[in-house]
Amino acid sequence: MIEPLLRLQDVRYRYPSAGQDALTDVSLSIGLGEFHAVLGPNGSGKTTLVRIALGAITPLVGRADIDGRSASSWPRQDLARLVGVVPQREDNLFPQRVRETVLLGRYPHLSLWGRERPEDHAAVDRALAACDARHLGDRWVWTLSGGEYQRVRVARALAQEPKLLVLDEPGISLDLKHEMELFELVRGLVEQEGLGVLMITHDLNLAARFADSLLLLGGGRPIASGAPAEVLTHQTVETVFSWPVTMQTIDGRPQMIPLRKPKEFGA
Amino acid sequence: MKWTLLGLLAVVALIASVVIGPAAVPLAELAHSDIVWNLRAPRALLAFLVGGSLGVAGAGLQALVRNPLADPFLLGLSGGAGLGAVLAIALHVSGPWALPIAAFAGALAALGLVYRLGLIGGAALDPRILLLGGVAIGAFAAAITTAIVSLADAAELRNAFLWLWGGLSGASWDTVLVVALYAPIPLAVLLAAARPLDLLALGEESAGYLGADVEAVKRRVYLAASLLTAAAVAVSGVIGFVGLVVPHIARLTWGHRHRALLPAAFLGGGVLLTFADTLARTVVAPRELPVGVVTALIGVPVFAFLLRRWTIA
Repeated sequence: MIEPLLRLQDVRYRYPSAGQDALTDVSLSIGLGEFHAVLGPNGSGKTTLVRIALGAITPLVGRADIDGRSASSWPRQDLARLVGVVPQREDNLFPQRVRETVLLGRYPHLSLWGRERPEDHAAVDRALAACDARHLGDRWVWTLSGGEYQRVRVARALAQEPKLLVLDEPGISLDLKHEMELFELVRGLVEQEGLGVLMITHDLNLAARFADSLLLLGGGRPIASGAPAEVLTHQTVETVFSWPVTMQTIDGRPQMIPLRKPKEFGA
Repeated sequence: MKWTLLGLLAVVALIASVVIGPAAVPLAELAHSDIVWNLRAPRALLAFLVGGSLGVAGAGLQALVRNPLADPFLLGLSGGAGLGAVLAIALHVSGPWALPIAAFAGALAALGLVYRLGLIGGAALDPRILLLGGVAIGAFAAAITTAIVSLADAAELRNAFLWLWGGLSGASWDTVLVVALYAPIPLAVLLAAARPLDLLALGEESAGYLGADVEAVKRRVYLAASLLTAAAVAVSGVIGFVGLVVPHIARLTWGHRHRALLPAAFLGGGVLLTFADTLARTVVAPRELPVGVVTALIGVPVFAFLLRRWTIA
């Protein structure tokens, strides 16, 4: 059997001095060419799950493995050749051009004293092209629009030439067109490049339409996981998000429409 | 082109520093003049090495504490070094190396305290606390220094005061040799951290995901930059603004990639301090200005200009 890229097995975590578990009995397995989305309200454990998956923290119970090896035991530079991450936020202390910032994605492939090689620049070109951002190469990062900036950050992660791409709420603060373009881009990478994708998102409807598999978290526990139609039901969504909704189907995928709150709901 | 220019500037600064001085040495006798060979040449080289070290230390620390306005002496080292030196003066410790060793020990003590403070929140070094802790330790050491100086007699006071403002009059071939053997180690550590420092500009989280071993990089950069600064302060006192202004000017020309920035900051710092020292020992000859006065007089206006640029951008 081929090892999945990422495997969480019955993971449990509690932050030091916290009164209850941030994550309880969560399992997840992502292979090449699979798009997994993790959903849940604020404080449901999504960020903790990502931190465990990337080895930033070690689960108290259970295992988190990347490519068959405990996630927290990976040397950062080796891990960065396998996993590219687009974090929710980042700063730019110094002004940078788009090409420069994407070139930073080549760091895990460079030797200590060596210069960037032609193959590094080629990888940057490919990453920019894949994200439809080639024309942005000479722009200053701070002049980019929100959508362009997200594409550039995805390109930097792609320049790492990873097998697994992790995105933490990439659609936040994007308008309709740019959010759709971003999901199309990620879907394309899954289908054409065979990347495995783990995406944290608040957008249930887009996740249901683009992802192969969903994991719905509530209060740190897995409420449902599997194909979108199984995970996003009237009952699971209302329970987890404490809001009345109605469900419809588009392209065979469940879509959620929130209702105005009737007085008796949740009483 | 810009490297050639900077290299030329370095050569000009060193030559000028050897040729110019209060004692008129005819050009023909330059090569076998005692003044040139035993006083000016080692002093020029020491100025260049110290200036370069401060430039690199400043560039590294600015990236580490994520504040482009940080100066190597902000981290409390100058206070510790000043206290060490003034203690040695007050206690009449004698010997040619008494002052440098006392200052170095004081700087190391401050470094240790600030480093410990930086780890106060746990295993991760917090650059913001490094900065605040440095200011606090520096102020504390300065208070004790002032207390000692206020109790000292007049001649001692003058010595201590001059030392605190920095000067290269103690330069000899021995000090040049010591610095030339010592400085390359922390310099190499900083240069090896050049790419991780580029990543760190995106924030610690992003830097880690891109493959940098963030905690190790922070420790290495802090220790290497501090050890460079401690050595600089030990042989030449507190010379301000080189470590602040030089990285800035280097960034304007060489950009933010540390693989180019750090060498440029070394050469730039060397050029600035060598010129400043030439000025310091000639403008009021036969007396001498502390070189820290000259770098501050040049540095503060440049700094004000840069500050304005920074807040507009």
